[in-house]
Amino acid sequence: MTDTTSAQLNDYLRAPDLFGSANGRIITLLFMAILLCVPLASYFLGIRLQLVSLDFITRILCLAIAAVSLNLILGFGGMISFGHAAYIGIGAYCVGIPAYHGFESGWLHFPLAIAASALFALVTGAISLRTKGVYFIMITMAFAQMGYYFFLSLDEYGGDDGLTIYSRSVFDIINIENKMVLFLLTYACLVASIYAVYRIVNSRFGMVVRGCQSNEARMKALGYNTYAYKLTAYVIAGGMCGLAGALLGNFTTFISPDMMGWSRSGELMFMVILGGTGSLFGPVFGAVAFVFIEELLSTFTTYWALPFGILLVLSVLFIKGGLNGLIQRGWRRG
Amino acid sequence: MSTLFFIQFLNGLQLGVLLFLLAAGLTLVFGIMDFVNLAHGSLYMVGAFFCATLTFWTGSFVWAILLAIPLTALVGLALEVGVIRHLYQRDHLDHVLATFGFILIADTLVHLIWGPEGIAIPLPEFLRGQVEILPGVIFPTFRLVIISCGLLVAFGLYWLIGRTRLGMLIRAGASNRTMVSALGIDIKTLFTAVFALGAVLAGLAGMLIAPITEATIGMGNDIIITAFVVIIVGGIGSMKGAFIGALIIGLIDTLGRSFLDDILKLFIPINAAETAGPAISSMLIYLIMAAVLAFRPQGLFPPKVR
Repeated sequence: MTDTTSAQLNDYLRAPDLFGSANGRIITLLFMAILLCVPLASYFLGIRLQLVSLDFITRILCLAIAAVSLNLILGFGGMISFGHAAYIGIGAYCVGIPAYHGFESGWLHFPLAIAASALFALVTGAISLRTKGVYFIMITMAFAQMGYYFFLSLDEYGGDDGLTIYSRSVFDIINIENKMVLFLLTYACLVASIYAVYRIVNSRFGMVVRGCQSNEARMKALGYNTYAYKLTAYVIAGGMCGLAGALLGNFTTFISPDMMGWSRSGELMFMVILGGTGSLFGPVFGAVAFVFIEELLSTFTTYWALPFGILLVLSVLFIKGGLNGLIQRGWRRG
Repeated sequence: MSTLFFIQFLNGLQLGVLLFLLAAGLTLVFGIMDFVNLAHGSLYMVGAFFCATLTFWTGSFVWAILLAIPLTALVGLALEVGVIRHLYQRDHLDHVLATFGFILIADTLVHLIWGPEGIAIPLPEFLRGQVEILPGVIFPTFRLVIISCGLLVAFGLYWLIGRTRLGMLIRAGASNRTMVSALGIDIKTLFTAVFALGAVLAGLAGMLIAPITEATIGMGNDIIITAFVVIIVGGIGSMKGAFIGALIIGLIDTLGRSFLDDILKLFIPINAAETAGPAISSMLIYLIMAAVLAFRPQGLFPPKVR
């Protein structure tokens, strides 16, 4: 039980602003605008550069939604889930399996993806949240591995080889076979999920969840059923990540159990930490930086994982508060 | 049927002792330094590759193992002094992330040095054959060697931790780190020694399995997750828990994979059993871990003082 100074306490209680400091507001808005405009520009101008292409950015945006959802429990709730990629897989299979059977309506796929992920989160969270610390990290990982092996053993749906989706989800108002429409839909979902997290963490419910992160014993002493609050946050994050999975499944049109292996969960955690935990846009910065650097390095060398791994270790050792921290401080010290 | 069962039992035992070698290091490092090391599997891989190269240089598998052990210890030493030492004060999340980065680094370095292909290790003549343990039960000699090596190491660790000065310090460090350093023990050196010991155990596991599976890139990444399951089932920080947990997990995993669909066939239709059997058996160890954590969150044999 660490004692907190009043300054730290103020930090905990202060409602997270949408953008943080004034400096953060400019850079964040600029960044989101670039994320919207550059891929569209490259699409219309026909620029053949992978790093700014519509496809590449759409993939990043899907992962950013997943990172934003993980941040809700990891950054604001202190629940270190090492199995978040499971929901991506579940969401994706909720598109793939109905499509395989000829049900192509997006009005079925997306609610199903969210509901199935939320249900998985409810069941696994109810058990996982009984544990703490490293046990929680490992049990969430174990549940994700169970999901991984479950889909791996479904021979009907490709098993190890994965499942190809021949037609994307059909909505009667928009056509996401058009990749620009899919990009815009994903972008809208990202903005909506950031806004949802913003509203959640600033609500009374979110205050309790954040309170659990800084001192759960005190929250219990105040009479809160912290278990129920944390479980609810866990389920919301799961459902949100299921949405990311449904979008990613639609984007790649190919799904395999690899989407939910434990290293995928590790990558999601990295995006959140790299971007800065407990900040609203941090996970987006983290996701973009992570995938961007990965892609950039892999165009130069087959051995891209070496500099990438070194960068990851260095970022853990030296970047405090993630990229968002750097942006908020305006690259200055302190 | 009973012959098959006996053979699969031995196979499970072999997986179990292998898991023990990995889990022992993990549980020591966690119990004493409070450090979560995902990259422990990389040391397993590095041990296997050292052994492969040295087997070709020296022409002898046994010499290769004897030489690869100090080499793996050196790698562990360098890793601890270079980076991991600076992470002990951080929280578990940082441990997971930094060692996740290490896995990428280790896999790529091995790719750079040894190339993308796996390396098969030829066994010497006297280990290549099979023995008839019981009438009608034939079992590969080398797998028996693995089992006896693992049990030997288990006894060795039992002696080391229970009967030597180093072991006394390890036990003291696990129960109260601050007190140990207050009594004038160089805790830094102790930590380095424990980490190197863990590295050697992991490396040894890699060397023992490599003649069966080949030394391949990423070979440690799956088994390390199983080893984590072992230490969580056994109770993190407990050597006894790691040993019993490893045997339980090794046996259940192996026996589940071979007999679960037959058992299920007794209760549900054959078609359903043939589909569900492999699915459930690959999830079995995670189900056990979830059950243990749900009913006994500290594991089956938690260390007495934590």
